[in-house]
Amino acid sequence: MIWVRGRWLPERLYPFGVGGFDPSGLVLVQTEDQTDALAVAEDALRDGTVPFVVLEVTAPISLTAGRRLQLAAKAGGTTGICLTPEGMGSNAAETRWHCVPVFDPQESTLQCWTLTKNKSGTLGAWHVRWDQEARRIAVVSPARE
Amino acid sequence: MFDGIKRRVVSLWFPRLASDRILRARPVDGPFVLTFSQNNANRVYCLNEAAEARGLYRGMSFSDARAFCPDLSSRPADPPADQRFLSLLRRWATRWCPWVGFDGEDGLVLDITGAAHLFGGETAMTDAMGAHLATAGLSVRIGLGNTRGASWAKAHFGSDAILEELPVAALRLEPETVTALKRMGLCSIGQLAAAPRAPLARRFGPGLMLRLDQALGHQPEQISPAPEPPHYAVRMTLPDPIGLEADVMAGTERLLDRLCATLKDNQTGARMLCLTLRRVDQEAQSVELRLARPLRDPARILPLFQRGVAEVDAGFGIDQLRLEAVQVEPMPPEQVTHVNDVGGRPPGRLDDLITRIGTRIGLENVLRFLPADSHIPERSFIIAPAAYSEPQGNWVASRPRPIILFPPEPIAATGDRPPAQFRWRRMALTTGRVTGPERIAPEWWLDDPNWRSGLRDYWRVETRQGRRLWMFYTPQNPGWFVHGEFP
Repeated sequence: MIWVRGRWLPERLYPFGVGGFDPSGLVLVQTEDQTDALAVAEDALRDGTVPFVVLEVTAPISLTAGRRLQLAAKAGGTTGICLTPEGMGSNAAETRWHCVPVFDPQESTLQCWTLTKNKSGTLGAWHVRWDQEARRIAVVSPARE
Repeated sequence: MFDGIKRRVVSLWFPRLASDRILRARPVDGPFVLTFSQNNANRVYCLNEAAEARGLYRGMSFSDARAFCPDLSSRPADPPADQRFLSLLRRWATRWCPWVGFDGEDGLVLDITGAAHLFGGETAMTDAMGAHLATAGLSVRIGLGNTRGASWAKAHFGSDAILEELPVAALRLEPETVTALKRMGLCSIGQLAAAPRAPLARRFGPGLMLRLDQALGHQPEQISPAPEPPHYAVRMTLPDPIGLEADVMAGTERLLDRLCATLKDNQTGARMLCLTLRRVDQEAQSVELRLARPLRDPARILPLFQRGVAEVDAGFGIDQLRLEAVQVEPMPPEQVTHVNDVGGRPPGRLDDLITRIGTRIGLENVLRFLPADSHIPERSFIIAPAAYSEPQGNWVASRPRPIILFPPEPIAATGDRPPAQFRWRRMALTTGRVTGPERIAPEWWLDDPNWRSGLRDYWRVETRQGRRLWMFYTPQNPGWFVHGEFP
């Protein structure tokens, strides 16, 4: 897995808190600006060596850039995830998700995942929780009011 | 001699190697010494002729030397640099004969058997050596003899003398042995050779007789030529200039094959390569390639050059290519096993990807998490360049940890339990559920400015708005901070 992010961002990934995968297999790439980040992400997606590429962006991605990433991912058979600020997603993306944590008195890993864009299907919203033992995501039906 | 061929050995002694090396670069008029700090005293390490004429000598204290000679100029000595200089001289000396070895710290020994006639005889050869070295600003004394011992003796104690007339000190003996021999009345080598051997051997041990026999040629003595360091550079000169990218890559491929063969012979791998392309107008452009792993596989290195070569401006054409492995690392042959082959992919593809990313943004920006031995959250891991580390670590936390850490952000709250309502990043948040506290104490043996506020009680705060925050309270210096966020 490759994680591409800007060097200037103050937040840091905390490897002990990453539950879903093994952080020792993570390669972190720090770039000077977003152009570099996009180029690195495209390289990594096209190469297909790593199954996942995560790209953090801070500025809107142009349609051309988004389409290039899309084609690179298709060529490499790689899944690319682009973490965008609210409302800055690229129209070239296959799907776009909006993930927020949800407070739940019983459960402390509940999240709400909303599919806001889907090129090849319908939209929807799911409440999911992280199952630590099985190391997978479980869909729960939202509690009725 | 033993093999029937008369050996001829030249010994070069540089009596003022260290000071000559400095004075070559910046000449000084008048007395000059190099100083060396030994046993808390500055001593004279090496000196020039003018200083010797004023009565200074090696090993005297520097303050005494300055008292003798107020206009003395000095520099600190650098023995490792002197050794490097001597190895340069050794390399230079291979122009006279192929068999050149070091002789102590300030001498060279050359086996010129069968090489002298190429330079017009032995005398002409030694004269040429002296002239070359004098032009280079080095004082040298040259001894020529049938054995290594004899040539050493003549270099140090007069080149024109007959060996038997030289003092016994010319046999490379310990100073105590020399004194004892003189007290016995044996002053010259001839006298020593004529004396009965058995009593001398009984008194001084076999070393004395060995040195005598080596000087006289009754015992052999080796001259070990220092090994040539491997040279990791190849070049190709073209009859006609080329300009197409594919042509340059084809040339690079041929160079790589030769370079990788050298690397393989020496069991090393290239870490950093430099391809220099010389154009017809004598302009040179270089393509640097830093690799994520030591490599010597041409098929894997060649595609990595593609990006750099594409950026080169060929101008009117390129007529010389030179490829050098600037940095090499040992790389013993590896057993090929199926374990290396992860998931059916050829091994090392991630390294190639890291190298490709590294050529774009610099290899130091491609990083990897490594565990560190600390319970402080910020210091429990380090971020190291992926090219110079191996993936490792057991990343299992005993307690829930946030996925994102940021520099602590203060919030307005009081009390040692998390506030029911607070504002963070311009959001009004209401506490829903809290877990904690977990106390983490600072490492007193390290002065970390972020931990000057003392102990921290960490709480996991789940807000009714959804955000799950990792907050801490500092009881010794009351205040609340947000430090991280859970998914």
